[in-house]
Amino acid sequence: MKIIQLSIFLENKKGRLYEAVQALGEASINIKALTIAESEEFGVLRIVVDKPETALQVLKEKGFVASITDIVAVEVNDRPGGLAGVLKIFNDQDINVEYMYAFDEKNADNAIVVFRFDDSDKAIAVLAKNKIRVLGKKEIQGI
Amino acid sequence: MIFNEKIECLERKRLGELQSRRLIDLVKRVSHQSAFYQKKLAESGVSRKDIHSIDDIVKLPFTTKEDLRDHYPFELFGRPLKEIRELHVTSGTTGNPVVVGYSQEDIDLWAEVIARSLCCGGALPGDMIQVAYGYGLFTGGLGLHYGSLKLGLTVIPCSSGQTKRQLKILQDFKPRVLACTPSYAMYMAETARELGVLTKECSWQIGIFGAEPWSEGMRKEIEHCWGMSAIDIYGLSEIIGPGVACECHCKKGLHIAADVFYPEVIDPQTLKTLPPGSSGELVLTPLTKTGMPLFRYRTRDIVNINYEGCACGRQSPRISKILGRTDDMIIVRGINIFPSQIEEVLLAIEGTQPHYQLVIERGRGGLDSLEVRVELKESFFSDEIKFLQNFENRIAKEIESVLSIGVKVRLVEPKSIERSEGKARRIIDKREI
Repeated sequence: MKIIQLSIFLENKKGRLYEAVQALGEASINIKALTIAESEEFGVLRIVVDKPETALQVLKEKGFVASITDIVAVEVNDRPGGLAGVLKIFNDQDINVEYMYAFDEKNADNAIVVFRFDDSDKAIAVLAKNKIRVLGKKEIQGI
Repeated sequence: MIFNEKIECLERKRLGELQSRRLIDLVKRVSHQSAFYQKKLAESGVSRKDIHSIDDIVKLPFTTKEDLRDHYPFELFGRPLKEIRELHVTSGTTGNPVVVGYSQEDIDLWAEVIARSLCCGGALPGDMIQVAYGYGLFTGGLGLHYGSLKLGLTVIPCSSGQTKRQLKILQDFKPRVLACTPSYAMYMAETARELGVLTKECSWQIGIFGAEPWSEGMRKEIEHCWGMSAIDIYGLSEIIGPGVACECHCKKGLHIAADVFYPEVIDPQTLKTLPPGSSGELVLTPLTKTGMPLFRYRTRDIVNINYEGCACGRQSPRISKILGRTDDMIIVRGINIFPSQIEEVLLAIEGTQPHYQLVIERGRGGLDSLEVRVELKESFFSDEIKFLQNFENRIAKEIESVLSIGVKVRLVEPKSIERSEGKARRIIDKREI
């Protein structure tokens, strides 16, 4: 079960990040998780939102370069070693993590971590086999 | 169709004879009429008795833009002001602008050479032309206007700007010919796409583009986008405006109206005339102009000249596309750079836009750096930093291999580089030289 992440190209220019999130706010779009990857000259803002299709349209209308990427949201036990336990599975199965970041909020007592894999389908299959919960679109919207 | 077959197909020897007669007459005229040239000739120790044929032109002194600027506004005119029919103004290098005066004969000459140019590019009497060069002090609009009337075209004098209206007129009137700057043609394409106008299905078949240097890559882009043949026209206000030279359908150089504008190519440093085929600064002598006669005007444009006859039937010499300008040429760490070189590289790389800007800065150690800002094409955006960084590096390497100088490439958002509806601002030089 994959969910959609939005990636937005940000020129290294004053106020650009503000303009992006401001546009989303005005369109009543709620940001569920975010991270910024940066180089010396530009940044890429990655976000998970409640209404990704609308968000993409809003951003494009405002002149941003944005695209969508499939990611996997995984429930992780919120206790020491919880994340390590999940990563060990990927390690053992030779699944490569491109990047990851965490949700601000919890789902019940579990933390939510977002992964971008080079092979999402394989990762999802492995997670299912190990009885680790993967969250769907509806659950993400409900958080 | 060849507009003036007798002149444009004149064999070289006969052309030389015509040029010789006209040069002798020009020197005679300025010796009587122009205080500026009387002084200039006296200083260089040349008199009209030294000029027997066109080959003697090398004895004459050069005229520069600074000469024109320093004799602002009317001192170089060869006729009393009341016999001047039209004035145009072009930017000077610094300080005063340059004023150009046209006699009635000059305006007729202008119409003639632009009619030749339009025909050369493929326009035919009865065609409709959308003139989207600025009308006013800039010579583009009115020059194309006069030439279109002379050739017998239906003129839509749109002038530049109001892009949405340009596109409406294009769709409703269906003109076959467009005349504007190449960057404006690109700008209109961008606006058309935003408005959902199908550019390929539009009626323009021929575009007469000039007033700024542009590359072969840009030509391909415009031709592909609009489904038209993009023709390069050349000229400068000091000489007459557009119409000095223009490409034919062969697109192997621009046919110069050498019967009235005598071309030479010189080394800009030594000022020596270069052998045929060598690239150097174009020097032009308008042989028959009376409003503001000039000789050996240094254009600052770098070209080479091909004297062979063309497959189109014209015998007139052909100048190359402008390879650069001696004054928009930038020198970074001792290396001469023409923005058109960088444009060429960018157009060959998938994922970039031909919208770019060069920023030159002087570092603390006195070392200059060149940053190339390039707009990222939306379809090429990747979520991954390393992909984008590799992309930047690839562009930098390609540019470096052409320029032999290290550059820093910076990807910027589409449409973030300033666009003008006339000439694009390509260079930001922050050095204080």
